[in-house]
Amino acid sequence: MTATATRPAPAPPTWNPLSLWYSDGWTTTKRNLIKIKRTPDMLVFAVIQPIMFVLLFSQVYAGAIAVQGTDYVQFLMAGIFAQTVVFGSTFSGSAMAQDLKDGIIDRFRSLPMSSSAVLVGRTNGDLVLNTISMIIMMATGFLVGWRVNSSMGEFFAGLGLLLLFSYAFSWVMALLGMSVRSPEVINNASFIILFPITFISNAFVPIETLPDPLRVFAELNPVSALVQAARELFGNEGSAPVPDVWTLQNPVLTVLIGVVVLLVVFVPLCIRKFASISSR
Amino acid sequence: MTIIEAFGLTKTYKSKSGPVHALAGLDLTVPRGTVKAILGPNGAGKTTVVKILTTLIRPDTGTAVVDGINVLEDPKAVRSIIGVSGQYAAVDENLTGFENLEMVGRLYHLGGAASRRRAQELIDLFELTAAGNRPVKGFSGGMRRRIDLAGALVFNPKILFLDEPTTGLDPRSRIALWGVINKLVDNGTTVLLTTQYLEEADQLADSIAVIDYGKVIAEGTSDELKAQIGGHRVVIALVDAADAPAAREVLARYGAGEPQVSSDGRGLDVAVTDGPPALQHVLADLRTAGIELHDAGMRRPTLDDVFLKLTGHKADMAAGENEDDKMEKVK
Repeated sequence: MTATATRPAPAPPTWNPLSLWYSDGWTTTKRNLIKIKRTPDMLVFAVIQPIMFVLLFSQVYAGAIAVQGTDYVQFLMAGIFAQTVVFGSTFSGSAMAQDLKDGIIDRFRSLPMSSSAVLVGRTNGDLVLNTISMIIMMATGFLVGWRVNSSMGEFFAGLGLLLLFSYAFSWVMALLGMSVRSPEVINNASFIILFPITFISNAFVPIETLPDPLRVFAELNPVSALVQAARELFGNEGSAPVPDVWTLQNPVLTVLIGVVVLLVVFVPLCIRKFASISSR
Repeated sequence: MTIIEAFGLTKTYKSKSGPVHALAGLDLTVPRGTVKAILGPNGAGKTTVVKILTTLIRPDTGTAVVDGINVLEDPKAVRSIIGVSGQYAAVDENLTGFENLEMVGRLYHLGGAASRRRAQELIDLFELTAAGNRPVKGFSGGMRRRIDLAGALVFNPKILFLDEPTTGLDPRSRIALWGVINKLVDNGTTVLLTTQYLEEADQLADSIAVIDYGKVIAEGTSDELKAQIGGHRVVIALVDAADAPAAREVLARYGAGEPQVSSDGRGLDVAVTDGPPALQHVLADLRTAGIELHDAGMRRPTLDDVFLKLTGHKADMAAGENEDDKMEKVK
């Protein structure tokens, strides 16, 4: 450290609010992308876990679970996709909690940046990670015999819907991450929520096989709608009748409505929460 | 002209053991272009003041104005003229030193090219050249600290807030940072810093506010504070600790207050109103009593003496409950 004079920094140019927001969001997104690149353990988790689930379920349960009108691997993949994007969004929660613990939130909050930028960057980072997971899973699924039986347009619509849901869900987890005391808490707490909502659904078993109380929960579970939507868009649904529930009869619309509701509720809540948090 | 003005700040935190009154009606003014040190032990409320003035938290009651901007009403305007380095190094572990500084520059909206240029200047200034291109993860505590301090200087701020800036720095880096701060002040920057180091406040600050239990308990220049507890102190060092009670009696005879005895029992000192004659009397009486001395003399009071006098406890032993948190955070 030498005590030479610090040259006056250039005056900040005048920016309009929209380009400021865009620039800040991109800066924080880049930060999270570098993190993905530099923390191989996170990337491994995001890649290995989906591969493991695809292989485990397709190889272990395929013989035991009968699905009317199609084979289990076709049925399973949409379920695994949905489960992975839901679990993947927990990164936003633990990362926010970690940032808070490390004190870097204080740095961001003392800068004249857009008040949503840190959250935008965070959820964008998750989206990239989830996209990577999704591509790996689709490749793995293809190897074990999964096939898309629909048009190219429907395939991309299904992929988009899954990622859109994961993006909206990231904001829920981000709020949770800012509300807990430590990153460990969020990991434990999220599993308590995520296991039931992904397993008590149509993700891994046909919904009609569930006992009554669980079947009702599964029919109304938004994850079921997501799975049903993906299944239909990928052309993987069997010949069993879809339960006569509006959300499952109109799964794509349900997911779109759900995404809008999550974003409308949780984006403002997150931004408000962010404006009041500080380390310790 | 005043650049920071805070009145009646209060802040109470909830904790398991009941409410903690971090600030209990704190007033503070800082004249433009000067260095103000907030001096106090752990838990006195130093960090809370800095967090309020830098828009990170809101006080329960009270007002704060920074460069004419109301901190509570327009936090964003405040953020565009301040630089902050908090108590813990606020850096991204996964980014390199350079990337951290570039990111801060971009978030100050300097633009890409200027941000990169500025990041490089600061890397050089803080002698982080070797570490500039490695992720912060592998850095020592002192290096993280320097990256964080550099982050506060990315945009030459009007006001620089430094919360215990030299905690965790080696002596060489500490003196170098003092140099950087002095240069900034020469260029017109106002600095508000908190410290537990009395020497640091003495070295850097034009004015010192001593705080304890969330209130300013004394304020003034280093000399003014020292003058508050009287002139000189007579200091003696005994050859034999067994003479301490007798020596203490001699000091008490000429002193203006209670003599202090060091923990090893061989160093004694006392405040006196009139230094040289008191020293002469003390030496004469000790000689008559046959007490042998290693050393004897007078010294001006230090801020340690001021703190002890003002608060009744030593600066470095108060409110130890925060130490554990700190160890955990510093890693």
